[in-house]
Amino acid sequence: MNDIVMCLFTSDGFDKSAQGLTGAARRLAEQNGAQLRAILLGAGAGELASELARFVDKVVVAEQPEIAEYSPETCLNALAQLTKDARVVLLSNDSYSQEIAPRLAHRLHGSAVGDGVGVDMHNGVVRVTRQVYGGKAEALIELKRSPAVVWLRSRSFEPALARAVAGEIIPAAVDIKPDTRTRIVERKREDSGTARLEDARIIVAGGRGIGGPEPFSQELQSLADLLGAQMAATRAACDAGWVPATWQVGQTGKKVAPELYLAIAISGASQHLAGISEAKNIAAINTDAEAPIFKHCRFGVVADYRKLLPLIRERLGALCT
Amino acid sequence: MNILVCLKQILDPEVPARDFRVDSTKLEAEQGAANLVTNIFCENALETALQFRDRVGNAKIAALSYGPATAEDTLRKALAMKADTATLVINDGNSKPDPYTVAVVLAAAAKKLGGFDLILLGREAGDWGAGQTGGLLAEELGVPCISFAESIETAGSKLRIRRQTDWGYEVFEAEPPLVLTITNHEHNVPRIPKVRDVMASGRQPLTKWTIRDLGIDAEAARGGNAYYEVVELAIPQRETKCEFISGDTPEELAEAFANRLAQIAGAV
Repeated sequence: MNDIVMCLFTSDGFDKSAQGLTGAARRLAEQNGAQLRAILLGAGAGELASELARFVDKVVVAEQPEIAEYSPETCLNALAQLTKDARVVLLSNDSYSQEIAPRLAHRLHGSAVGDGVGVDMHNGVVRVTRQVYGGKAEALIELKRSPAVVWLRSRSFEPALARAVAGEIIPAAVDIKPDTRTRIVERKREDSGTARLEDARIIVAGGRGIGGPEPFSQELQSLADLLGAQMAATRAACDAGWVPATWQVGQTGKKVAPELYLAIAISGASQHLAGISEAKNIAAINTDAEAPIFKHCRFGVVADYRKLLPLIRERLGALCT
Repeated sequence: MNILVCLKQILDPEVPARDFRVDSTKLEAEQGAANLVTNIFCENALETALQFRDRVGNAKIAALSYGPATAEDTLRKALAMKADTATLVINDGNSKPDPYTVAVVLAAAAKKLGGFDLILLGREAGDWGAGQTGGLLAEELGVPCISFAESIETAGSKLRIRRQTDWGYEVFEAEPPLVLTITNHEHNVPRIPKVRDVMASGRQPLTKWTIRDLGIDAEAARGGNAYYEVVELAIPQRETKCEFISGDTPEELAEAFANRLAQIAGAV
């Protein structure tokens, strides 16, 4: 049974990322006359299964106590068993999937490639499009071994359409051997708000030029509140310890796709731009008219944010009332 | 405690987009006037190892790189940052070997050097950004792997490793041997080596091996594409014309800018 298999960790529910992954997997299965099987891993897989079954041929529910909470070694063991007859394994680009995908490919004697923005199959060969060189170039990569294990920038893909007949839901037949060589002893959420940055419609982001933690928590935050925006930052601002690491947007960080991305005191290093290439509108405030960020902007202003933001907030406040 | 840190030399990722060109035959970036630098996440990994050694005292740090002859610079810098030893495995084959090839070479070199408790790598490189070498190396060596780690501490006979996730962090307890991929964090910003140490690093011993010294399939390693192959590489054309908002007074400027923001925000 050489299926297309998609693997989903249940911790984020059937969110935009899961929907995009399902859409990408469905299209690949249809184009190649293959069955689509979904493997749901983690606590709550049973509840999520009925939702997912509307889009796939089969849902495999893996919610045994040993893998209800993610741990890399044990989940990898389970997943390697559940995907051993797959032709293609697709995952999302959350941190668990990124962590597990290359190792899964190794165990299946296949090939992995990640952060794909396009995937297709010709004569059984899987090809994946992805950004390289910090988003400055795009590469097409051909996977040489089977199965192909691909993690996708899943939010970039259109969701699947529900089908008339729901797929079958079956429990996972897997022999779980808990591996205690590594053990997670603490989990902490540091989300900036209730919504995920990746799903934000408006983002206010700051860079090194912001100059310290206070302007983030005061100047930028109050602007974000007025716009109903979420906050983000560059690697430089995160490395300086001004804001939490979870705010980082870029090649290594969140890949965001808002309607509006307002970049304040961000010069536009390519590794940052790689995280915002799917933003619909980018606007910038920067003192340097030559800053690379302006090359990616719909509109911008050359100014010192410290002087401009109070005036902008005043005007936005007036518009809101 | 024996620690191995694997480092990759790459084309400076800070090269501005306007100076960036690709060689459409070799399917890689042209170096042009750009510098070769150590991948930042590899330096974060080395810094994490150095800080760990500073705390526990009795640790040795070996730096290892697989790359062209120029990668010696990356290892000299690692020595200047105070790694204890350095080993270069010369790549005289495919200049962009796939991550599986790199993992096979690093695993063979790690075994030949011998006896590591911890192996640290950057989470990904700023050129191809595959993000796979650490995980594949763990599989080649048959040891566990923790990705996106930012700090290591001892906890009795075990290690406590904190790593970043999409939504915060997780703390692991783990026993060596172990592979860690390291991400950037405010506490592992790489140190600037002292001038004296930079001078000294040029005179320190540096081991050089060829693929043939490692006892692996040299032909496969030199080919470097049995796992995957780059078949196209192009610079995407993204033309955006920035409309610069202007105004006679700061108030007018702010008003015009705020109006544009409100227009889009209102439509969302």
